[in-house]
Amino acid sequence: MSDQYEQYEAVVVGAGPGGAAAAAKLADEGIETLVLERGVKAGAKNVSGGLLYAEDSAPYAIDNLYPQIRTEATERPITEYTIQNVAGSTVKEYDLTRLHEHDTRWSDAVLRRKMDSWLAERVHERTRETGGGLLNGIKVNGLLREDGEIVGVTCDEIDPIRAEFIVAADGVNSELARDAGLMNWDEPEQWFQGVKATVEAPNVNDRFDIGPQEGVAHLFSGDLFDGVRGGGFCYTNVDTLSIGAVFHLDSLVESAAEPHELLNALLEHPVCSQWIDDPYREVEYAAKLVPDSKKVAHPDPQSDRLVLVGDAAGQMQAQGPIIKGMNHAVTAGALAGEAFAAAKRRGEPSSAGERYVERLYESGTMAKLRPKRYERLRPIAERERTTEVVDRLLESPIGRFGVRALDATGLLERLYSSPFMSMSIPDTQTPYVTLPTVIAETLGETVSDDTVVDPPSLEQRIGELTYDTDIGNPHIELLDNSVEASGAAVTACPVSASEFGGGCYREETIASNGTTKNVVSLDTQPCIECGTCAVVADTAWEHPSGGRGIEFRQG
Amino acid sequence: MHSIVLTKGVPDFREGQVSFDEDGHLERGKTPTVMNPNDEHALQAALQTKVRHGGRVSVMSMGPPGYGDVLQEAMESVYADDLYLLSDRELAAADTWATAIALSTGIEKLGLPDLVFAGFKTADGETGHTGPQTCWALDIPMITHVTELSVDSDERRVRARRLVEGDVAEVETVEAPLPACIVVDPEFESDYRTAGEQLALKDLRETTAERAVEYDQHLTTWDHSDLNLDPDYIGLDGSPTIVSSVDPIPKPPAEREATMVDPGDEEAMGELFDEMAAFSGGA
Repeated sequence: MSDQYEQYEAVVVGAGPGGAAAAAKLADEGIETLVLERGVKAGAKNVSGGLLYAEDSAPYAIDNLYPQIRTEATERPITEYTIQNVAGSTVKEYDLTRLHEHDTRWSDAVLRRKMDSWLAERVHERTRETGGGLLNGIKVNGLLREDGEIVGVTCDEIDPIRAEFIVAADGVNSELARDAGLMNWDEPEQWFQGVKATVEAPNVNDRFDIGPQEGVAHLFSGDLFDGVRGGGFCYTNVDTLSIGAVFHLDSLVESAAEPHELLNALLEHPVCSQWIDDPYREVEYAAKLVPDSKKVAHPDPQSDRLVLVGDAAGQMQAQGPIIKGMNHAVTAGALAGEAFAAAKRRGEPSSAGERYVERLYESGTMAKLRPKRYERLRPIAERERTTEVVDRLLESPIGRFGVRALDATGLLERLYSSPFMSMSIPDTQTPYVTLPTVIAETLGETVSDDTVVDPPSLEQRIGELTYDTDIGNPHIELLDNSVEASGAAVTACPVSASEFGGGCYREETIASNGTTKNVVSLDTQPCIECGTCAVVADTAWEHPSGGRGIEFRQG
Repeated sequence: MHSIVLTKGVPDFREGQVSFDEDGHLERGKTPTVMNPNDEHALQAALQTKVRHGGRVSVMSMGPPGYGDVLQEAMESVYADDLYLLSDRELAAADTWATAIALSTGIEKLGLPDLVFAGFKTADGETGHTGPQTCWALDIPMITHVTELSVDSDERRVRARRLVEGDVAEVETVEAPLPACIVVDPEFESDYRTAGEQLALKDLRETTAERAVEYDQHLTTWDHSDLNLDPDYIGLDGSPTIVSSVDPIPKPPAEREATMVDPGDEEAMGELFDEMAAFSGGA
């Protein structure tokens, strides 16, 4: 029977930047490439901050593969880059443009729906010429195996497909990576969660005092988020702003903080609201789980004919103010395509996986994703005792004196702008909360702003989103509904909140036989498919079928 | 593989579109004409055949010149390649018999295709005769109530799953040699289970999006002389059916009594709430 399955030379799962890069490379090598995308349109399932980089040192950038992308599908080039250290209402700004421009050929703000659907059209044109093509609304749900070996993919909507080479570029919640046993979603400390509001801003140029071909990225850190480790951002698009925050998932869970409320704290703070038009108009609320490549970038992301690319392989670099994901996915995708073409030329198609991984290391990509310096310092820097000592020192008069002295010589700003330093930043309270707070308290100036930002309620935010619900076929199953096992999802899920009945997760009291018990219940209708609950709760987590579920319009 | 789909324009019976006079007679002039909804299934079956086996789909209809819009709809919906309209005064007011004679002559003029598709009944006449009668006139095998279809182009056979007596509970699978006529049941579902088929469908969508805008360039209109038909055997003169009278179906009387309440009338509203309170126990 399996002989009758349809066969393509290569199958790419997911039409984000990583999948698009792989498809471009494969198609240019004349390889018959089928691209399967779950969204009703490419980008409908995607969220990013989002800055897209082209690095000088990387072997590929998206405009090498799709030359028109910057004129047709991105928002604005980022030409000014700052970090705002916040303590209460005092703020100290450091210019990070130097860090931002280090190894950067260009970087543009992007919105994923627009960019990915533009890419998908090009992908289809190019892959169609090789006998393949791109299909939307097809969910790949697992791997096709023969005698234990991966030989293809299985889908919800169409029959299984055999392929000589399979690129899993299916995102952070990759079904294929899990099926292959390469990735799991166990530890909250390996993840970040990002929440974002796309905000109307028809007067971007005036407000930020920039030209139409200029853009600004502000980062925010300090005491904005009730001690939750993380930072905020505000990026300029053509006529909107992307304002959001990224948190360490373990910290979010520990504090039982509500992500949407933390986002509101940023939006309402004068350091951010000064950039927002009055009245506040939110176009879209979105969230995404972000892998921490320092911990989860797979050192050998391949198995048989399968390779993992981008978020599916944990290739998301978030080190202090450096947040780079899409560019690494592009590099990895192109390297994967290159590897298969080379393997095929030598008559050894089965060596493609190993060749891909070799290229990841040789190109320096893996060194960026898993910096050695971080790994070397981590055992000392992330010890609780170390954090405590450093934090107390920083907060002491001596620490404050030191901060003042460093600033006076300009060294502090330079340290912040140092790519060397940012590669070593430990994942503790110190760099994300304590240091910026001390800096702002010691050196900051008070900011005030008259704009009243009144963010929509979570209920309103969910109400504004577009869903095609697969009624009667929930894609997440709660395996253990005890509060101990799954209660964290009630607050950590970006579309749930305690005391809110309209979200995915809620805590309920069940009375039976004279006793009462608190349990967690789940309704997947408002799900935005971020995957947070798969990490923090006990679930069986799958994506909805092709074209079903959330449809982001901005992303 | 060449398929011809027969379609008809019918009054748009949807709420808000259809218009009746005081006696309950349809006002044709005030009601827009649309493609017979059941014909959509016939078109989808032809499209599936084209996606799987290549070739072309022609759509044919008989009716006034305004039916071009209906054919355009067909072209948009299933990426048809060419359109044929049999149209002149001599052909007007035909019953199913006379229509079948004209359609079968049109099909023969075009050249007998591999498959002729018809929908199940029209929304206006509801006879379900025209498809089978056309098939009879062409003297080719016919399979009705078809819900699934597969064609073996090498063996030149068609295999169909059909509802026996039009009943969903009883199905059978039958085969016929090509050319054959397929009457497609509303239960029909197209089936594209391979990436290759889905890509072919996407190609068709892309290449024909523009074609439907300028559909008239793909439209051929034939009158009775083009078809070499004797006016005595077509149109009203060629129709043996005699409609003696039409009885409007009376509206069924309302079973419940209604009481009108003015929302501004506080007293009446209060009484209403009192009355409703008895039913508001959450049951």
